[in-house]
Amino acid sequence: MRKLLLLTTVILVGLVFIARLFYLQVYGGYDYNIFEDTAIKPEYTYPKRGYVYDRNGKLLVANQPSYDVMVIPREVEPLDSLELVEFCNLLKITKEDYDKKLERAKNYSPRLPSPFVPQLSKSDYAVLQEKMRKYTGFYIQKRSLRSYQTTIGANVLGDIGEVNRSIIEKQPYYKLGDLIGKQGVEKTYEETLRGIKGIKFIQKDRFNKNIGPYKEGKFDTLPKPGKDITITIDSQLQAYGELLMTNKRGGIVAIEPSSGEILAMVSGPSYNPNLLVGRDRSKNFNKLYRDSIAKPLFDRGLQAMYPPGSPFKTLNALIALQEGVVSTEDRFSCNMGYRYGNRKMGCHAHKSPVNMNIGIYESCNAYFANVYRRIMDKYDSPAEGMDNWSKHIKSFGLGDYLNNDLSVGQPGKVPTAATYDRGYGKNKWYTTFTISNAIGQGEVLATPIQLANMAAAIGNRGYYYTPHIIKNIEGDTIPLKFTTPKYTTIDKKHFEPVVQGMHDVYNKGTAKNLKVNGIDICGKTGTAENFAIIDSIKTQLTDHSIFVAFAPKDNPKIAIAVFIENGYFGSRFAGRMASLMIEYYLRGEITRKDMESFVLRYSLEHEYRKPYSGEPFGINRQTTLEAISEEEYENLLNLKAEIPKS
Amino acid sequence: MLRENQRRFKFDWITIILFLLLVGFGYVNILSASHDGEVTSYFNMSELYGKQLVFIGLTFVIILLILSLEAKFYERFSSIIYLVAILSLVGLFIFGKDVNGARSWYGIGSMTIQPSEFAKFATALAVAKYISDIQTNMKTLKDQIRVAAIIFIPALLILLQNDAGSTIVYLAFFFVFYREGLQQIYLIVVISLILLAVLSLKFGILATTVVALIALTVRYFFRKKKRASKLQYILVLFIAVGFAYGVKLFYEHGLQTHQQNRISLWLRLEKDPVKLEQMRKAEAYNLIQSEEAISSGGLTGKGFFEGTRTTGKFVPEQETDYIFSTVGEEWGFLGSSAVVLLFVFLIIRILYLAEAQKSQFSRVYGYGVASILFVHFTINIGMVMGLIPTVGIPLPFFSYGGSGLWGFTILLFIFIKLDSNKINEW
Repeated sequence: MRKLLLLTTVILVGLVFIARLFYLQVYGGYDYNIFEDTAIKPEYTYPKRGYVYDRNGKLLVANQPSYDVMVIPREVEPLDSLELVEFCNLLKITKEDYDKKLERAKNYSPRLPSPFVPQLSKSDYAVLQEKMRKYTGFYIQKRSLRSYQTTIGANVLGDIGEVNRSIIEKQPYYKLGDLIGKQGVEKTYEETLRGIKGIKFIQKDRFNKNIGPYKEGKFDTLPKPGKDITITIDSQLQAYGELLMTNKRGGIVAIEPSSGEILAMVSGPSYNPNLLVGRDRSKNFNKLYRDSIAKPLFDRGLQAMYPPGSPFKTLNALIALQEGVVSTEDRFSCNMGYRYGNRKMGCHAHKSPVNMNIGIYESCNAYFANVYRRIMDKYDSPAEGMDNWSKHIKSFGLGDYLNNDLSVGQPGKVPTAATYDRGYGKNKWYTTFTISNAIGQGEVLATPIQLANMAAAIGNRGYYYTPHIIKNIEGDTIPLKFTTPKYTTIDKKHFEPVVQGMHDVYNKGTAKNLKVNGIDICGKTGTAENFAIIDSIKTQLTDHSIFVAFAPKDNPKIAIAVFIENGYFGSRFAGRMASLMIEYYLRGEITRKDMESFVLRYSLEHEYRKPYSGEPFGINRQTTLEAISEEEYENLLNLKAEIPKS
Repeated sequence: MLRENQRRFKFDWITIILFLLLVGFGYVNILSASHDGEVTSYFNMSELYGKQLVFIGLTFVIILLILSLEAKFYERFSSIIYLVAILSLVGLFIFGKDVNGARSWYGIGSMTIQPSEFAKFATALAVAKYISDIQTNMKTLKDQIRVAAIIFIPALLILLQNDAGSTIVYLAFFFVFYREGLQQIYLIVVISLILLAVLSLKFGILATTVVALIALTVRYFFRKKKRASKLQYILVLFIAVGFAYGVKLFYEHGLQTHQQNRISLWLRLEKDPVKLEQMRKAEAYNLIQSEEAISSGGLTGKGFFEGTRTTGKFVPEQETDYIFSTVGEEWGFLGSSAVVLLFVFLIIRILYLAEAQKSQFSRVYGYGVASILFVHFTINIGMVMGLIPTVGIPLPFFSYGGSGLWGFTILLFIFIKLDSNKINEW
């Protein structure tokens, strides 16, 4: 027995040791991650972020260097009070800020670097740089910030900002303090623009001193510069559109029908993209973000869904021809509206009876109510008719995301039989229930970009290219989906009468005052009723002004949708703006100075104040125009003169 | 010629191969832990790995010397060797030089010699000599006190030189005494005292008293012979509680702060996060770095010369006491387990050989060798992995240092020599 004491103890100790080793090295799940190794410090070299050019090669977005003060909390050595005051002064923060920021960094990770004071100015950096080595645990990380060469297109270009923790968790490429595209093309083309950062792994000793590259730089990578991109925007047209949008809220989207390239994408109110650069980014962003009334970050060209109103009638005409339920010469009478049952859909005064051509240019509600009923009644049940109609509408890119390369969007809405089955019960509804769809009210919703795309499809006589913003990627091709035409369900031959009708809108219809000599524009006015909840009462506000157009009539070069909130009838603001945009794009100058001065001179701010001012107000006919001061007007004209030619 | 060959084959080659593997692998890890970037020459004498290579070279000279001496020499001269060792320890108080607060070195030129490393085999020889004397009976108190004195003298001298770690090694001889007839009661007392000490530090006097009371009550009712009276049991209880109280007092007032903190860290006594943070930077720093380095090795390790923490010298004293952390980081679980197994095999092999000795002197000495290696192995690797409190003693054959390597080599090879001679014993 005595012989066994040491023997068993030795074996026991051996087993305990192996168990402990197993626990530490294998069971502990110690997965070697070079980024977690205290002995290795990765140093990043950030590549140049790709530049952004407009369709004419004008530089819109470039870079500027920026310097972040980073901190690794566990390496920070306490500063004496004098040093602390000096350090805080250099960083332009208070002592409380210092403690708070350090605490926050420690909470994130004592081991990993966190940004301490991001985006120093060049002069602050110069002063700080010399003294930096006094502050152990802090270092300066060079990055590149955006430098906007323009004041326009904030909603198009977007911005970059620091990644948040949820992004880091999903995409380990990003480390705290890295910048990422937050909106616009910066977001959608993030990976193209950013390139790939280079990493050097530095072997540290326990005093945190560099002792050379880890494994002779075996794992080091060189930064891969981001690619420059050319976007489809015509910056001159964009600038003009933003100018026209001054003092108004709404969206303009202009598309080149032959390619689907977005020429301009205006959202009002807008802001200067330079606000979202540098140390003030979060402050300015919050200001824009919190403005829940004007909503400058809400891209009205892409995200605002409205009932499309009269422009939608053109589609009903096309469907009726395709289905063979009317001919262009079938006439319907209109006596100030269309009666069904004991209800009536009103219309304005015009000659009667009307054929398709008159129906379109006079925007006759009764005509389209009849057409719509014929489309529906072709089938045995309203449900079949509805689904067939819905299929045609959707072929124009309505009712769904366009699957484009824009960072935001909305699907809009196109009802199907199922929509009404849900509302009324299966087979418990009739065509008269859905008759508002005939004139683009009812259950249909669309965004301005969808309407612009619809105009492009009509202009192309039956097909469209997915609207997109990318024109060219340095050393790369743009996705195939943007260069493949998408055909609508309407045969080419049926488009001519509708196009003619839209042309006559300009010749003798609702937009005859918007004519531009020498340019054959086809268009369609629209208005959309809208409501707001004021003091918990649903209140009708002044109509939205809508206009869609394309020009020239044959082989159109531009298709456009303009949407002005509370702008009243379609030709009043939206129509004028559409005509101006078309002329500006095709001609490079404006001959209809009267239209331009109307749009620039009149502000809609008083309309937007109505729901909030508490004063009683009426809608539509009781609207007045509010002119801006002569000084402001001059200012706008100067701005127009300053738009750089491209 | 034929007789010469036969003699050579009597050496236990298994032990020698285990020894060579440990020394060789030890050198590999010292190379890794001490190199600074490029290794230009393995014989660079300004680097630790260069020196260690020389120490290893000299080791073979020492081995040849030991093996060429007559086996009987060690038994006959054990008293004189012991005396020389004691004198060399005493001499430190006059001629020694301080390194890291311990006065345990002789400086000869640029070389230093640590006599405590050599005192181990000398003590083992002396203990073997005394116990193997025909007149010695380990069951008598007189002999127990005398043999205790043999180990107590060098232990005390080393303790006075402020080298507590090396002192603890002398507890190894308990295994020897127990093997050679020390009563069962001593084992029970030793285990009880260890338990009492840990209990009182971790859970306090009251809890310790309760545990001791329960243990003694159970023992009282299940006792086989009604020899001891109730009174004696109560006396034992009082002694136990007194001891527990003494340990607590000694911990609080008798220990230096850093020793106190090491124990506090081991038993996780400190709850104050501020103080813990301080300890992490002071007493626990080595341990944390070493544990992290070992853990980061994973299953297969990062590879020779590839340990990031080793290269960055994150673990202080990594060539010496913390050499095992290099093994852990660069060779992983497989390499570290292999080292643990090599030690276990070596110790078991020595035990096996010791039991097979015909002379009691050889057996006791062999047991001494096994016990000393075992204590070093347990304390060093246990410490590096955080299983026992920090005690600074080297890992035999592995840690950097000439004195240590030679001390262990002499210790081991005297036994190999004795073992090779067993056929001549009767």
